[in-house]
Amino acid sequence: MKRFSATAAVLLLATGLAGAARAQEAPAEKAPTVEEVVAKTNLAAYYQGQDGRAKVSMSIVDGQGRERTREFTILRRDEPGPEGSDQDAYAGNQKFYIYFQRPADVNKMVFLVWKQAAADQDDDRWLYLPALDLVKRIAGSEKRTSFVGSDFFYEDVSGRHTSEDIHELVETTDNYYVLNNVPRDPDSVEFANYKMWIHKASFLPIKIEYYGKGGEKIREYNALGVETIQGHPTVTRASMKDYRTGSTTTMSYRDVVYDIGLPDDIFSERYLRKPPRAQLR
Amino acid sequence: MKPAIFFLLAAALLGGAGTEAARGGEPPLPAGLGGAADSEEPALPPGLFGETESEPPLPSSLERETEEWNREGPGLPFDLAGFADARAGARTQRDPYEKELSLGEVRLQLEAEKGWDRASFRVRSDFLYDPVYDHGTVDLETGRGWLDLRELRGTITPVSFADVRLGRQIVTWGTGDLLFINDMFPKDWQSFFIGRDTEYLKAPSDAAMVSAFSPLVNLDVVYTPCFDADRYIDGSRLSYFNPALGRLAGRDAVVQVERPQTWFSDDETAARLSRTVGEYELAAYGYWGYWKSPAGMDPATGKSTFPPLSVYGASIRGPLGSGIANLEGGWYDSRDDAGGSNPLVRNGELRLLAGYELELAADFNAGFQYYLEHMLNYDAYRDHLMPGEHPRDEARHVLTLRLTRRLLSQNLVLSFFCYWSPSDEDFYLRPNVSYRIDDHWSAEVGGNVFWGVYDWTFFGQFRNDTNVYAAVRCSI
Repeated sequence: MKRFSATAAVLLLATGLAGAARAQEAPAEKAPTVEEVVAKTNLAAYYQGQDGRAKVSMSIVDGQGRERTREFTILRRDEPGPEGSDQDAYAGNQKFYIYFQRPADVNKMVFLVWKQAAADQDDDRWLYLPALDLVKRIAGSEKRTSFVGSDFFYEDVSGRHTSEDIHELVETTDNYYVLNNVPRDPDSVEFANYKMWIHKASFLPIKIEYYGKGGEKIREYNALGVETIQGHPTVTRASMKDYRTGSTTTMSYRDVVYDIGLPDDIFSERYLRKPPRAQLR
Repeated sequence: MKPAIFFLLAAALLGGAGTEAARGGEPPLPAGLGGAADSEEPALPPGLFGETESEPPLPSSLERETEEWNREGPGLPFDLAGFADARAGARTQRDPYEKELSLGEVRLQLEAEKGWDRASFRVRSDFLYDPVYDHGTVDLETGRGWLDLRELRGTITPVSFADVRLGRQIVTWGTGDLLFINDMFPKDWQSFFIGRDTEYLKAPSDAAMVSAFSPLVNLDVVYTPCFDADRYIDGSRLSYFNPALGRLAGRDAVVQVERPQTWFSDDETAARLSRTVGEYELAAYGYWGYWKSPAGMDPATGKSTFPPLSVYGASIRGPLGSGIANLEGGWYDSRDDAGGSNPLVRNGELRLLAGYELELAADFNAGFQYYLEHMLNYDAYRDHLMPGEHPRDEARHVLTLRLTRRLLSQNLVLSFFCYWSPSDEDFYLRPNVSYRIDDHWSAEVGGNVFWGVYDWTFFGQFRNDTNVYAAVRCSI
């Protein structure tokens, strides 16, 4: 099971979740191993329900205090695992449909992602430009690139493969499992390590601190608000601060729903050209 | 103080300090989890809830929770969006046949859309003020005048497996990047060359598009009842090579055309079969219509014509290495060319395109393309040249390079696109810098640089049209 991912739980937090409920059923007296914490966190952060929808509002405030906003609706669908697989079969491939409303110059633009769970396989991404009626395929092997100009990286949003880091449980407090994570390939990332505070009951990452190669803090994620939606604890407000630029992005989520029965064909060219109104509403 | 008590006290203090230190780095539970703390757990120490030292202050927009998210404005039963765009451009060299200003216009685009579950209606139109090239009367076909209707279309889903799009619309397919083989929908080369936004490269079609979807294959058919030509280079704004005059020409020799314009007989049909296999997108295309830009001449009138053309092609696109590769080909059957011996009609061609795009580094993308136009029946073409005509090569090779760099949180975009033909010995460069000032305002500057050894090659003929432009835009 190398298909897990444990890092900043962001967008997908809102639209994912299933593991938390299962996690809470685990016997409380037995301390989980670091692998279990990582796996359950990955599920809680990115795989709640089998599909979901959220409306996202993003505020990017740069070091000079100037604010830019983004508004989009995100649809997510987890692909079922192979026949006869275990209950975590849904922690595999995922598809995302992101429909932009604001700012005005990206209105009606659509970003489609087929997330590949295999660590060695790039995600498939398409961008639909409505004024040109153009379905453009995006080359992107670089995952630590800003997501839509925000302080969140593409990888924060889609999930970082857990196999790319060495995880260590450094502390267990009343509320948190505290993990330190070191990349296996330090040259592939801008950080030296990152520290995660994972809420014990929900397995949601509440805070993540990224440290640079000189030991300085470079980025920090905070879950600012959690709501339990259809039984799934869901982060409904989160921030990412970049200490190098002084910029902070805050995301808030609205109208989060799970298990709405999204058909697979929503995530195809047909619905790039014709947005699925019923599902986006 | 007795040593034992001292040690106890010290231990207590140290222990307490240690605990404080540990908790100091620990995040407070966010709203929604605090109350959910298990009842068996000891109560959280005071200070944990209220501790906010490591949190950034809430950005202002979060305080506007009640702000309307929906784009539907108050009192408007439909979505409304648009922009105002002011743009000016000038030639960098004198052109004896054209104005010095290549572009000078203010444009307001408004788009209204109303949607239901199985249907939607959209109208999108540009309103222009152009003091440099004031064309007066409106021509919806060429976009001249103060009104350029971009879209006026209804979309319905009559059955679950099909969509129908009816009316004035923009249609795009194929895999090329600013090169087109099987996309036979109208292009606006004039807008493209003078520095309007790239969206204006695609001109609207007045058509019906029917799409049917199945697990095996998807079918799109676009029927245009009356031929929609490109908005081609006619000399009114950009100088070009006029073969009859044997020199560059412009406003002194605006291209006169005979356009097929009988409804339901001078029609066009374009079709595509497509299927995604794994991560690879496969498609086959057919087109039955006319050359989209003038490609022939009527000897009786001396006017340029749009001879009949059929195109058959295929494409594949998908991941290769760390990038995206595409391959597309098409056979251009110039139906009136009679084996290549008709000098008044452009010969048929085989066209081929191979491209590769990859991300070189974060926010830095590069794309490469090779494009080939291989003339069919070349010997017949050479045997039937018009007197004084500059013969084309049998093969026209074009290489393109795209570089895109995003800086300052992707608000500043440096873009460079280059067409270079080693066989024609000409090139066309498109540098552009754009900056998003805030959520509404953006600005850009750019250029269109043409150069060639000869006056009669495709890009070489536009050498005197080389221009620079600047624009500001406010989107609402």
